[in-house]
Amino acid sequence: MEDLSYVRTDMLPERDPPASEVGVIGWLRMNLFSGWFNSILTVIALAFIYLVLAAIIPWLWSPTWGAGSLSACREIIAELGKEHGGACYGVITERWQQLLFGFYPEELRWRPILTFIGLFVALAPVLFNETFPGKMLWFTGAFLFLAPWLMWGGPIWTPLLVAAGPALGFVAYRYLVSVIGNLASVIVAVLIPVLFWLFLVGPLSQAIDGVVPLGIEVVESRLFGGFMLSVWIGVVAIAISLVLGVILALGRQSDLLIVKYLSVGFIEFIRGVPLITLLFVASTLLNIFMPPGTNFDIILRVMIMATLFASAYIAEVIRGGLAALPRGQYEAADALGLDYWKAQRLIILPQALKISIPGIVSTFIGLFKDTTLVSIIGLLDPIGLTGSIRADANWNGIVWELYGFIALLFFISCFSMSRYSMWLEKKLRTDHR
Amino acid sequence: MKKSVFLGALTVAGFVAGSASAATLDDVQARGSLKCGSNSGLTGFAAPDANGHWEGFDVAVCRAVAAAVLGDPEAVEFVPTTPKTRFTALASGEVDILVRNTTWTLTRDVDLKFTFTGVNYYDGQGFIVPKALGVSSAKELDGATVCIQTGTTTELNLADFFRTNNISYEPVPIETNAEAQQQYLAGACDTYTTDASGLAATRASFENPADHAILPEIISKEPLGPLVRHGDDEWADIVRWTLNALVAAEEFGITSTNIEELASGTDNPEINRILGTEGTMGEMLGLEADWAMKAIAAGGNYGEIFEKNIGESTPIGLARGLNAQWKDGGLQYAPPFR
Repeated sequence: MEDLSYVRTDMLPERDPPASEVGVIGWLRMNLFSGWFNSILTVIALAFIYLVLAAIIPWLWSPTWGAGSLSACREIIAELGKEHGGACYGVITERWQQLLFGFYPEELRWRPILTFIGLFVALAPVLFNETFPGKMLWFTGAFLFLAPWLMWGGPIWTPLLVAAGPALGFVAYRYLVSVIGNLASVIVAVLIPVLFWLFLVGPLSQAIDGVVPLGIEVVESRLFGGFMLSVWIGVVAIAISLVLGVILALGRQSDLLIVKYLSVGFIEFIRGVPLITLLFVASTLLNIFMPPGTNFDIILRVMIMATLFASAYIAEVIRGGLAALPRGQYEAADALGLDYWKAQRLIILPQALKISIPGIVSTFIGLFKDTTLVSIIGLLDPIGLTGSIRADANWNGIVWELYGFIALLFFISCFSMSRYSMWLEKKLRTDHR
Repeated sequence: MKKSVFLGALTVAGFVAGSASAATLDDVQARGSLKCGSNSGLTGFAAPDANGHWEGFDVAVCRAVAAAVLGDPEAVEFVPTTPKTRFTALASGEVDILVRNTTWTLTRDVDLKFTFTGVNYYDGQGFIVPKALGVSSAKELDGATVCIQTGTTTELNLADFFRTNNISYEPVPIETNAEAQQQYLAGACDTYTTDASGLAATRASFENPADHAILPEIISKEPLGPLVRHGDDEWADIVRWTLNALVAAEEFGITSTNIEELASGTDNPEINRILGTEGTMGEMLGLEADWAMKAIAAGGNYGEIFEKNIGESTPIGLARGLNAQWKDGGLQYAPPFR
């Protein structure tokens, strides 16, 4: 039988898509010139970007790294005949170490650098717990006590004794829990380290140091400054406020009346007061309340205030996470017969914290940037130092270069934090969407 | 219960510490360093250099006091303060002495309970204008926009000046000197007003200083000087007479270069008394006999300090003016060392 129909028996070879659909041209057509209106917008936007860059790049491109003063910079720029003027980078060359370390003694700067490196080693097992062995957590624990010692110096006995505080509290709890009950022994276990730190660590450390002198040179707080100060205040406040925040958030949801209202009162009070007010309290009011002659370190005071401030916000962010958990999760934990702490640790907090990650990280970024407020109470963080640097007759009148340099430092830090949080969210996403 | 015991312990500690810190001189000597409240940065008066070493006209006073008390001009801990924190820092004992271009006023002396120990710089508020504005007197500034730092005495002086001259102005509030410079250069205001010494430093930083003029009118009195807490007169005496020694040294021609030579004895009894080769001035103050000599050797006499930090050879280029010796028609006048 004669078959009239035509059936293709072999496939046509694949052909390249039309040039207007792929490659650079295709991408341009799709994204930039997909219609007359969009094309006009693209052209206008490109013109705008060109105008901005044409003004900024010649200004940035300025061979003034060797200039010793603003007037020297101006001479160099005048010789080049630049239309838009140019940046004066001499100030960065001369002062970058000061902007990074403040007045920290030059021969001891390895200490903050070592602390900074140690910070990443200590954070690695916490932030990337799949890549790094869990045993590194021991280093993280030790780092909590080593870092302040490295920064401030002094006898090695001080951090060891400080570390002994919680151990004492734990021992006391173990022995007392059967004698005076759970709640009372928890209170004692918290009080003992605090009293120990306040009254015994100083004299004991001095006494041991008298017998076995072993330590590094003391660096006083007033020598702390620059970006190091921001990072130091920021890191300490971030680390402690996360712990405090979780406790406060749980306290706010607690059935225990006093705990609940203490937490609510604390959170609402701190959130109702601007950070700058707290900093003024730290720098001026506390001085008046305390007995004259007591020397309560100003940076410590600022750290405490920044920590309290951040912990109130973290508590609210985490409360949001707790509230977002379905009621069933709590009930399931109860049904499994878990007690309160186990339920929190195994079921509630892992989920609540996961939900809260973006909020927590943006609070941290905000806190880190807020550390620049300490310039208002006379601490020489990078912003405070710009004033001091401008007070040098050589650099009086320099604005953009200094702020640009500081902005770059902060951008790098904050952008890394934000990228990490996005990575973490992706990693922890276990639901199906 | 525990809390109250703790608070009680704090109170007791407070009383003990309170009675112990009454004599600032003893505290300073025990500590081995002088805590000096300084400006966190004011051109010519106080600024750290690239190595973190503080320099300036106010800083020199701190160094002179440290040299007189401790024998070492480097034994100073500089505590940078802001206009808002400076007085509490002094009142609370965080610093031993405040040398931070602070104007001596009645309220600060009496109500805030401080003791001003002299005047190391007589300042006054002035105006800077672009020459293109064509103004030669502050009284011609009717209707001008004025950049003014908020929360300072300059703001009040400005209002007073314009009211008494019955002319109007429009304030442009700004926060810091650096901001003021930018606003003024950008043309946001016709004139910028602050202490004349600050104006001179500001003008020196401009690209074309010759295009700007500082108007002749000085509209306020700003005697700037070191201050200490009320109630410790011995300490106030030490600071006062250290400053006097610097001024007297210039009057009697004692300089950092010839001081060694003069200290071996001269036939001028006043120089001998200042340098401690005659009399018991140091002992009366509770210091070494050569206290003033060390203070002068630290940075030179008043005139040398002025010339090195803010004088006509520096970019700031201030003339002595009111701060010349009384013999030269100025106001710097040290009481006799007798």
